[in-house]
Amino acid sequence: MIGKLFGFNGGVKPRTHKDDSAREPIARAPMPARLIVPLRHNTRAIARPIVEIGQHVLKGERIGGAEGVLGTACHAPTSGTVVEIAEHTMPHPSGLPTLCVYIEPDGEDRWTELKPLDYASCGCGDRQAVLDFLRDSGIVGMGGAAFPSHIKVGTKRVAHTLVLNGAECEPWITSDDRLMRERADSILRGAHILSELLGAQRILVGIEDNKPEAIAAMREAAASLPNAEVVVVPTLYPAGGEKQLIRVLTGIEIPHGKLGTEFGVQCFNVGTAEAVHRAFDLGEPLLSRVVTLTGNVERPRNWEVLIGTPIEDLLELAGPRDDTDRYILGGPMMGFAAPDLSVPVVKGTNCVIAGSQALFPYPPPEQPCIRCGACAEVCPADLQPFELYWYARSKNFGKAQEYHLFDCIECGCCAYVCPSNIPLVDYYRFAKSEIWAREREHDAADAARERFEFRNYRQEREKAEKAARLAAKAAETKAKLAAKGDAEAEPAKPDDDPKKALIAAALARAKAQKESVAPKNTDELPPEVQAEIAEIDERRKPLTSEEGARQPVAEPSAEEAGEAAAHARDEDTKKALITAAIERAQEQKAEQAERERDDK
Amino acid sequence: MIHSPYIRTGASVHAVMRNVLFALMPGIAIYVWQIGAGILVQLAIATVVALAAEALVLRLRARPVGIALTDLSAVVTAWLVALSFPPIVPWWITAFGVIIAIVAVKHLYGGLGQNPFNPAMVGYCAMIVAFPSLMAQWPPAGALDFATQLDLILGGVREIDAITGATALDALRTGLRADDATVPLVMQRDAFGLLAGRGWEWIGLGYLAGGLWLLARRIITWHLPVAFLGTLTVISTLMWLLDPQQFASPLFHLLSGGALLAAFFIVTDPVSGSTTPRGKLIFAAGIAIIAYVIRNWGAFPEGIAFAVLLMNMCVPLIDMKTQPPVFGHKGERRP
Repeated sequence: MIGKLFGFNGGVKPRTHKDDSAREPIARAPMPARLIVPLRHNTRAIARPIVEIGQHVLKGERIGGAEGVLGTACHAPTSGTVVEIAEHTMPHPSGLPTLCVYIEPDGEDRWTELKPLDYASCGCGDRQAVLDFLRDSGIVGMGGAAFPSHIKVGTKRVAHTLVLNGAECEPWITSDDRLMRERADSILRGAHILSELLGAQRILVGIEDNKPEAIAAMREAAASLPNAEVVVVPTLYPAGGEKQLIRVLTGIEIPHGKLGTEFGVQCFNVGTAEAVHRAFDLGEPLLSRVVTLTGNVERPRNWEVLIGTPIEDLLELAGPRDDTDRYILGGPMMGFAAPDLSVPVVKGTNCVIAGSQALFPYPPPEQPCIRCGACAEVCPADLQPFELYWYARSKNFGKAQEYHLFDCIECGCCAYVCPSNIPLVDYYRFAKSEIWAREREHDAADAARERFEFRNYRQEREKAEKAARLAAKAAETKAKLAAKGDAEAEPAKPDDDPKKALIAAALARAKAQKESVAPKNTDELPPEVQAEIAEIDERRKPLTSEEGARQPVAEPSAEEAGEAAAHARDEDTKKALITAAIERAQEQKAEQAERERDDK
Repeated sequence: MIHSPYIRTGASVHAVMRNVLFALMPGIAIYVWQIGAGILVQLAIATVVALAAEALVLRLRARPVGIALTDLSAVVTAWLVALSFPPIVPWWITAFGVIIAIVAVKHLYGGLGQNPFNPAMVGYCAMIVAFPSLMAQWPPAGALDFATQLDLILGGVREIDAITGATALDALRTGLRADDATVPLVMQRDAFGLLAGRGWEWIGLGYLAGGLWLLARRIITWHLPVAFLGTLTVISTLMWLLDPQQFASPLFHLLSGGALLAAFFIVTDPVSGSTTPRGKLIFAAGIAIIAYVIRNWGAFPEGIAFAVLLMNMCVPLIDMKTQPPVFGHKGERRP
């Protein structure tokens, strides 16, 4: 048993409005005339079409193959004919279109061959097969974000705890509530499979205390699982936020950008667990989901709806009242107005709320922030929303990030309580998208700069190689010359270049003359010492000449960079010249010493 | 396009300010009962001037006038100015104080929510520096009837000695300057009641009641009043225990001057004050310490207004350094 709950800071308690739609059991929605199955589940979970226009498909047949790491498959929700593959507006705040497969049902609802998977028989060795199965069954998170489940299951780390999210904290929505009441066994069967896949020792099911029937049903079903426990959490929006629920049940806080498994927990929605059960045990891919139709309608209720059913086909089931002015997809705290009534139900669509001015009045005009701090008191992420607002408003995005803008979960609590009617979340969404846009621009600029820099480098390198080749040649010539210079010291040898020979001879003469005139500092020393010096010089001579002989021939390699080569070349020739000069001087000195000895 | 959340609590600036005005009423009621109805005239003058000034500046700034006038923030400022001024100052002093607060302090910095300083306190400081003697004339309880008060407010001739006492703080301060005077001795005088200034001491309790109501309504948090009153109590107790002959008791300090008004209505101004939980504690404690120092050793009998302004200056720094840890980042050191 869990001794205590941990709770989180903040949170709000809006009126739940759940009773109306939770009363009736889930009913199967009638088959629409046309299904529009999107090939994209969220921003990055994409599939590519693998059917052709005119092709007949069976219920459960794959029509979209997973693309990319986060990609998940799509299936025909019923048997029928593919009539079109085209872009269609998505149920997303952006209202942007995505590629969809349009299917005209044949009314037979004939299943394709179902292939359940015994995950236990796969064993740990073939984990990839299990993950591929999840992916190809089109399983994504059904709580709203539609994050691919095979990614969550497929992390390398082991999660000791599986959290099953049945909190359903958003007002109006009751799809999970009804699902738990009616299919508790399936949910827990799915949870059991997930826990085995994750290696989790315990399953914690978090349900808000305003759903007593669901709690009872889940408790009864959980009794058969030794490691599963249903935990009742206080009704406090957003207790059903993944991170908030994990915190409430386990006390673990998962920072932004980290997956739960890094901390030993993983969280799945109850609907996802049911889908996992259907996929593994029955072989049914994810084809339908429970959707709450509620709000300003005559007959609020939950419906089992095929993925791809246009929203407009559902509305008559609920009977929206005349003053309905928009339809909200999801809850009133985090949902969004449907951009178009032809948008299809997708795997994350948990609720359609008919809105009116009576239920969801337009807020009064925005007033200045008075820093009252009401937003900070309700923020479940422990942020200072008004500070983020100042920075977002002034486009000081660096500061906004410093104040943890990206830890904001956009739950809407701050805007819900703001006395100045500031649409705070909109400011954060704006700041986030601006930052993303700038990052993309930055990345593009980086790529361009890298290309430019490589081009420069390549040009430099080619230049350097050319210079190195030239330098090698020059060094060779210089070395030759230096060798000749040595030869000049002995005037008897003839030369190819008579002018140079003459100059060298003149220089040698002048030097000899100078040396004979100017006494060296060693000249005044007593003969014993001079003899010693001469001896030392004699000893040094072979060493230096050896060095001198080696160096001028050392050729710089062609691979060396131009400047280095040039430098080395200069150095080498310089050294060669110096050594040659030293040698000459030493020879002369030695001769002199010998002469002096002879004189004595 | 309206985005989520589609539901709101229905809270408004107007409602917040209205609640603050309601919360001031017990204190005002006791004020009228103990001192006289002159304060009501001052409140009316302040309100009219504040709304007129607000409307004028909004028009000059080409901002919508109606919505800003009805948010009642100008009225709150006006009332706080009137309540911190002596009730018998000439009407133009009140008007000047309010105009400084609304025009210079609030709107020149960008209007509601933008002012770094507490408008009412700047108004008070400006007036006490400009007109120290008029701003020091506090009538003792029961000394002046309404007609006299009204006459003085409308600019009647002042026979200073006859009409004015000083505040208890002022009396204590000047009293102690005399040779071999002690606190118990000075407190025998006419200006003093049971605990502090005669009559005035009970008004503070009215503010306390209103403040507790604001706390219960969650319009203010406990941090600011508790830190302010707590710090004032601790340091005045320490000094009093050290030398009861020269330092007044903590009760005297709590019930004198504007301590309780400040604790619940002035220190708690969200716009110019600190906003983080720890920051609020530091901010309010700082005000209490500076106010106590000015009361005992400064040039003015009451130092809360100056203390508030000094701490207003520190708010950006305090807030920056006291940001609470964020979900998932607890235990990390903030840069």
